[in-house]
Amino acid sequence: MEINVNQPLVPSFSLQERLAGEMATPLSSCYQCKKCSAGCPLTFAMDLLPDRVIRLALMGQTEALLGCRTIWVCAACVTCSTRCPNAIDIAGVMDWLKEEALRQGKAIDQPEVAAFHRFFLDSLRAGGRLSEVALMRRFTLFNLWRHPQIGELWENMKLGLGLFRRGRLRLGGPPAIKGRDEIKKIFQRTGVKH
Amino acid sequence: MKVSYYPGCSLEGTASDYAASIAAVTPLLGVELEELEDWNCCGATAAHSINHQLSFELPARNLALARKAERDVVVPCALCFNRLKAAEKEQQRREEVLGDGVKVWDLLDFLAQESLLAILKKKVVRPLTGLKAVGYYGCMTSRPPAITDKADWENPMELERLLKVLQAEPLDWSYKTDCCGAGLAMSRPDLIDTLVSRLYDRALAAGAECFVVTCQMCQANLDLAQGRISKKLSKDYYLPVFYFTELMGLALGHPEVERWLARHLVDPRPLLRDKGLM
Repeated sequence: MEINVNQPLVPSFSLQERLAGEMATPLSSCYQCKKCSAGCPLTFAMDLLPDRVIRLALMGQTEALLGCRTIWVCAACVTCSTRCPNAIDIAGVMDWLKEEALRQGKAIDQPEVAAFHRFFLDSLRAGGRLSEVALMRRFTLFNLWRHPQIGELWENMKLGLGLFRRGRLRLGGPPAIKGRDEIKKIFQRTGVKH
Repeated sequence: MKVSYYPGCSLEGTASDYAASIAAVTPLLGVELEELEDWNCCGATAAHSINHQLSFELPARNLALARKAERDVVVPCALCFNRLKAAEKEQQRREEVLGDGVKVWDLLDFLAQESLLAILKKKVVRPLTGLKAVGYYGCMTSRPPAITDKADWENPMELERLLKVLQAEPLDWSYKTDCCGAGLAMSRPDLIDTLVSRLYDRALAAGAECFVVTCQMCQANLDLAQGRISKKLSKDYYLPVFYFTELMGLALGHPEVERWLARHLVDPRPLLRDKGLM
């Protein structure tokens, strides 16, 4: 994501106020030491460094943040939040932005990552536990449909076969738990869409 | 000693080797694991990434089950551990639950208690002499300390202490809590390749012959991707990735160790034979 420095930036406090309220994280105490970015292992794949995400959030640049790549390639290792001298939960802000981007129906920079999360949750919605096989199968098909790459498919199939041969794939998936209705209610209550 | 056990979803599938080694090793130390009745998935990275409230409510149900069972709960999966702890902290913050007395343990922390290490020490029948290993903790059992309650999150030493009891040779390195890419394994495998190849190179630079891990996501990324990464970088990596419980089983002389190890993609048996440990 490019930031146009020639265009005047109109600051807004609404985003940091929302974050302060919903997440109880004090963005305004950031003094830009950049420790978050210095320790982040994924910066090579990001369009905005973590400290910039915080800076832009302080300035209320919601659109730039909701469309950025950084929030989706963050691996949630939480090194940033751990090392922040001002107790800002940077990784938590990344999560908040992902959730908000989906809620607002924004264009997602890394649709594969968002789809993976969605398929993961779908897989445990019915029975309460994750079926790794169902997740792998669905995600592989999704990927194949998006950009068919026979080499990649072949590699995945070899890996799947290797795991299967070693007894590490539970083809039928886990049995549904007794409390599956409670799980369904949790999903309904929290408004997770299919 | 009887404790509740929350295995998590992968231990029923891709990490069945981890699960088998835990089930085999714990009784030898006098620990009885009782699986939490009717536990559910913690929601993992997916839930906390896209629905905060869901990422709280899913593990909260498991916490309720653990409290009903009235025993501390031991968790072998780093991410499950982290999610259960996060839900517990959020309950405390919301003042829904105050100091209820059921502790959520990370399996390594639990087994590396002084009293259990003392029992382990007495029971070692096959010292892992000469096995040069780096302990790889990954992220979620350590960070963030406000959630995990870890005292030493930048340089944890439990694995090293345990490996010394097994008489292996744990090596010092600076990457023990660096990230492997975890949940991006399927959606962005290229990112895993970059992060994990860095770990291979640093482990080799430290003089390691293998990794010892406590997390099945770390194990999967280091083990399953090794062939792919070797091919991509035209290198010939051979770094087996042991669960610490597998090495405990080996040192304790458990008869099923080979069966667990045969489930790895990077076969550790040649290394162990080479070291005269198998």
